[in-house]
Amino acid sequence: MSSKRTATQLQRTAAQSTELLQELVAHLRQNRTLLREEWANRITEAQLLTAMTKEELFAEATSVYDNYVEALATGTFEALQSYARNLSERIIPRGVETHEVVGIVLLLRDVLARSLFAKYQGDFTMLNRILDAYEPAANRIANTVAVGFVQERERVIRQQQEAIRELSTPVLQVRERLLILPIIGVIDAQRARQLTEQLLRGIRTNRAKVVVIDITGVAAMDATVANHLVQTVEASRLLGATVIVTGLSPEIAQTIVTIGVDLGKMNTVGDLQGGIEQAERLLGYKVVPVADITSS
Amino acid sequence: MEVPILKQGRFLIATIQAALSDADLLHLRRALIDKVIQFRSQGVIVDVTALDVMDSFATRTIRDITNMIRLRGADTVIVGIQPEVAFAMVQLGLTMEGVATALDLEEGLSHLQQRANGKT
Amino acid sequence: MPVLQDIVVTIRSDADIVLARQQGRSLAASIGFSATDATLIATAISELARNIVSYAGQGEVMMRVVESAHAQGVLICARDSGPGIRSIDDVLRDGYSTSGGLGLGLPGVRRLMDEFAIESELKRGTMVTIRKWLK
Repeated sequence: MSSKRTATQLQRTAAQSTELLQELVAHLRQNRTLLREEWANRITEAQLLTAMTKEELFAEATSVYDNYVEALATGTFEALQSYARNLSERIIPRGVETHEVVGIVLLLRDVLARSLFAKYQGDFTMLNRILDAYEPAANRIANTVAVGFVQERERVIRQQQEAIRELSTPVLQVRERLLILPIIGVIDAQRARQLTEQLLRGIRTNRAKVVVIDITGVAAMDATVANHLVQTVEASRLLGATVIVTGLSPEIAQTIVTIGVDLGKMNTVGDLQGGIEQAERLLGYKVVPVADITSS
Repeated sequence: MEVPILKQGRFLIATIQAALSDADLLHLRRALIDKVIQFRSQGVIVDVTALDVMDSFATRTIRDITNMIRLRGADTVIVGIQPEVAFAMVQLGLTMEGVATALDLEEGLSHLQQRANGKT
Repeated sequence: MPVLQDIVVTIRSDADIVLARQQGRSLAASIGFSATDATLIATAISELARNIVSYAGQGEVMMRVVESAHAQGVLICARDSGPGIRSIDDVLRDGYSTSGGLGLGLPGVRRLMDEFAIESELKRGTMVTIRKWLK
């Protein structure tokens, strides 16, 4: 077969395909009410989207159907993608799961295919041609919706993980304008970053002027994390807060010096208690023993 | 876009908006010097609360502003750096050493007052 | 709403730097980057776009959403047909940017991003490509 003929054949096929899709879309629009109801029934039969009421299900079914047909009509999927994201944002909090979303889209694909069989059952050649046009488009739609849903789920999970990490590292306000950040255990680069973000937000919210970062509970720190610590001190200063680092072990002090930071520039105190006292001095508090107060 | 500069007693307050171009920053630098001279101000607050990005140019220019204003015997303090912006700055290595910073307008004024009173 | 096509911002003046970083921030936020990360990306774009204005006079910043097997992210490509960089090693050395003064700020940009690549040829131009992934 000469390549010239194949090219012409391909062109014709492509043009036919578009024509067929348009005929298909017209059919789907004409029979919208019928097909949508059939689909909604099949969803209920398959016991999908049980988290929704009948009215909600119908409303969503309508949007999905219309977006589905629109995607077939235009051949572009941006609108569908953005719809899939919106839909996912709405239904994920309702507890809808991935298999349900994939399930309903595949059911729609089947309902529409069946209606095509019914319409073109007299003309086998035509049916074949219409299916050739329909199938790739329908599969791409199913894929787009499913992927959109999964990505939205992953985003939600990420957010939740972030929230959990935040809860497990409290930034404590012990006095007005004074924050304490006790760091315990193993810190990796990601946790260090998250601590920094939390602290900076805390400085802003609490209008802190002094922060005491206590690393007594940190066994070891590699150069990356030490770097993060130094960056935290610098970033805090940009927000107008002074940082006092307490509980610096000789090993960690060594690591900090190794990464080229002048320890003399960092405000360090031996232990947390000492750090708090210095912080209070900086803030203008005078710490007086109780005995002195009662005697005067 | 012109940055509004308000006179508050012996101090000036310049409030920056988000979409600040390089030309706007240079314009601000000029305008601040002129006004410090005109009003014989003792201090300047540059409020960057609305600034969504501070890159090397912004940092350089702010340092220039601080130095030039210091030549007129006045202090400068930068207020309102957002947490995300501060984070990006230190990662880029822009620490703005030698430039005074404070959390917000209130803190900035307090800082300037202390400095101004300390000089008398 | 995530965008599927490339966003291309022509860089000719400092006003375009602002436009480029705003677009970058929007794009990053649209696929779920945190405010902090969106700021990092916007800042990196600001530096790269400024280099174009300062050293080449004109160029463009292209940005798009990218996907790998495990994650989504953004890819940003800053290119110009300017004079090119004589010594890439020099501009990537850290001493050049810590002053926040002279230099192209490239070591800093590299620190902000997950992936960084630079190509440059004297008298032909420069292209910096950076990527950041959603974690």
